[in-house]
Amino acid sequence: MLRQAQHERIEDGIAVEATDLVKDFGDTRAVDGVSLKVPTGTIYGLLGPNGAGKTTTLRMLLGIIDPSSGSRLVLGRERPLDAAQEIGYLPEERGLYPAMHARDAIAFMGALRGLPLAEGRRRADALLAEHDLADWGRKTIRSLSKGMAQIVQLLGTIIHKPRLIVLDEPFAGLDAINQGKLEELIRREARTGVTVIFSTHVIAHAERLCEQIAIIAKGRVAFDGRVDEARARLRPIVRLRTRSSDGRWRTAIPDGARREGDEWVFELPGDGPEPLLKALIDGGAGIETLAIERPGLHDAFVAIAGNKAAAAMREEKPE
Amino acid sequence: MMRFLRSAFVIARRDFSATVLSKTFIFFLLAPLFPAAMGGLFGSIGARVATQTERPVVAVVAPSDEFRRISEARDQLAAAIGDQTLVKIVGYSPAPDEAAQEKSLLASRSPPVRAVLTGGLDHPRLVGSVGSDPATIGQLKLMIANARAGDAGEAPDLAVTEVRASPGSLSTDRVTTAWIAQAALFFLTLMLSTMVMSQLIEEKSNKVIEVIAAAMRIDAMFVGKLFAMLAASVLALLVWISAGALLLQMVKHGGAASLPPPAVGWPGFLALAVIYFGMNYLLFGAAFLMIGAQASTAREVQTMSLPVTFAQMLIFAFAATVINAPDSAQALAAAAFPLSSPMAMLARAAEQPQWWPHVVAILWQACWVALILRVGAQLFRKTVLKSGPRIPWWRFGRA
Repeated sequence: MLRQAQHERIEDGIAVEATDLVKDFGDTRAVDGVSLKVPTGTIYGLLGPNGAGKTTTLRMLLGIIDPSSGSRLVLGRERPLDAAQEIGYLPEERGLYPAMHARDAIAFMGALRGLPLAEGRRRADALLAEHDLADWGRKTIRSLSKGMAQIVQLLGTIIHKPRLIVLDEPFAGLDAINQGKLEELIRREARTGVTVIFSTHVIAHAERLCEQIAIIAKGRVAFDGRVDEARARLRPIVRLRTRSSDGRWRTAIPDGARREGDEWVFELPGDGPEPLLKALIDGGAGIETLAIERPGLHDAFVAIAGNKAAAAMREEKPE
Repeated sequence: MMRFLRSAFVIARRDFSATVLSKTFIFFLLAPLFPAAMGGLFGSIGARVATQTERPVVAVVAPSDEFRRISEARDQLAAAIGDQTLVKIVGYSPAPDEAAQEKSLLASRSPPVRAVLTGGLDHPRLVGSVGSDPATIGQLKLMIANARAGDAGEAPDLAVTEVRASPGSLSTDRVTTAWIAQAALFFLTLMLSTMVMSQLIEEKSNKVIEVIAAAMRIDAMFVGKLFAMLAASVLALLVWISAGALLLQMVKHGGAASLPPPAVGWPGFLALAVIYFGMNYLLFGAAFLMIGAQASTAREVQTMSLPVTFAQMLIFAFAATVINAPDSAQALAAAAFPLSSPMAMLARAAEQPQWWPHVVAILWQACWVALILRVGAQLFRKTVLKSGPRIPWWRFGRA
């Protein structure tokens, strides 16, 4: 019965589902009732400042730690470790054995997930060559640069061709070139139908990569849905510059509009741009420039998680 | 179960290769040389001290005939109990001034006279600092008695028929075997315990633990680590045993075959030794891995090592109560207490021929290995990964 229900869930197209996950560490509640659904084959971002509960949520989803309450279904299994061979995981705190050769480290990570060692080594050689690291395959991890070691660990995460890849702050510590390579790698995996979940506190990464996001603040999910849905929570912004400084047209400017230099900045009224344009033209505003901007994910984040959370994200070390 | 074993094997293979293929393993193999060298060094120093220290001498002031009889009596005693343990005697002809001669002899430094025996065989009198040495007095009394007996006191002929081993000699030899086996087991485990304690430090310090914990059950990792270390130590053990047997072959006539046979016979005893070494290692190893898993740094492991070493010594002393009294209540308690059980049972194998207690003991010890591993994995999840539900202590092993 349970197995049938699980299969139905997978066919529903849900790779990961969390329901009311709670995690307490002593008296501290790190995660407070997180519920989310990650569709199969999507790139899903967990967005939030440090300490929001992203890593703890991921660790619960992976079965590294058990939730204090709530349930999770990962690739159709109630116990995530039962699906371990189909999952790849890159933790926030990177870890490799320093004395191991790069290819062996990759193959070892595959072996942890059930891939035979010889096959792991063969695939490791191919992956290293693909990422211009063929010459480093037989060098020890301690002799690699930090960025190279991070790429090696990432290759170890995908060596066994998982159906679900979980990346915790994958861009941390990478330079711009390697960040670009990583973004491309994530997109490529997703194109093959792999579900990718990654956590980040850098909104730009989520905005570029994710189809769906969950915004987590103070251990709770403040938003779970598509990126455009998050943006759609805000009205478009109008930036207006006029030749006339006053006149009848001023009645068309909504309450709450602000001045930024010579510009009026305000949310597009609910009845759309046409009535606004008509009122401005009829009122003799003399429109010099008028721009209607779609709000970015950052604006949506501020609106959803609040200014404080947004400020916390900004204060964190830029990548 | 297959996945569990496969996961444990992946960890074991990595740890075994990392241990055995490292340069430090050569030092590990050389480890027994250090205690052996120390033993040899201190032994030779002791022997040198013993031979270089002049033994006290008793000056015997007597006519030459009487001194000859006393000297012959001493030779007889020396043949029985060994010359080294007997008091040395030097003969002096009586001088006219007996008191002055006595005083002069007591002041002599070459030879260093400790006491002077005067009065001949009829009225012997001993003067000197021998109050605290009843052995010297006793030996002199025996020599005088034998010398007085003269020819009548000569040792009779005794027809001796040699048998290979009697119950009496076997019993003594088996006690020796039991003691040596138990001590070897103790020292091997003592040596390995600190290594096992630090087994998880690497993963915790380089954060690989997170990757492993996401891929397999923590108890599979524990089992893998434990068996990797077991395999590495069995490899080392084989090297040491081979080297030891070779050495024995070279220095002792008859080689290893000349050693006293244990009660269960050599093949059985060696098989049990390997099994009990494995069990002892797994029991202590599982316990130490559990304790060591709580440490985050090498310093913390070092701090933990001292009480652990003392605890091991205490358990060794407890297990040693089995020797020579294998059926006593203490011996049964030592065999039942899981951490002393392998050492106690190995000693029993040297002294008692029954096999069934070993079957029971091995099953009992295996249960405890499983229990300690289970509790260790739970404790690790609870204290290090901060995970797992709160479990009442009485259900800790079952959850």
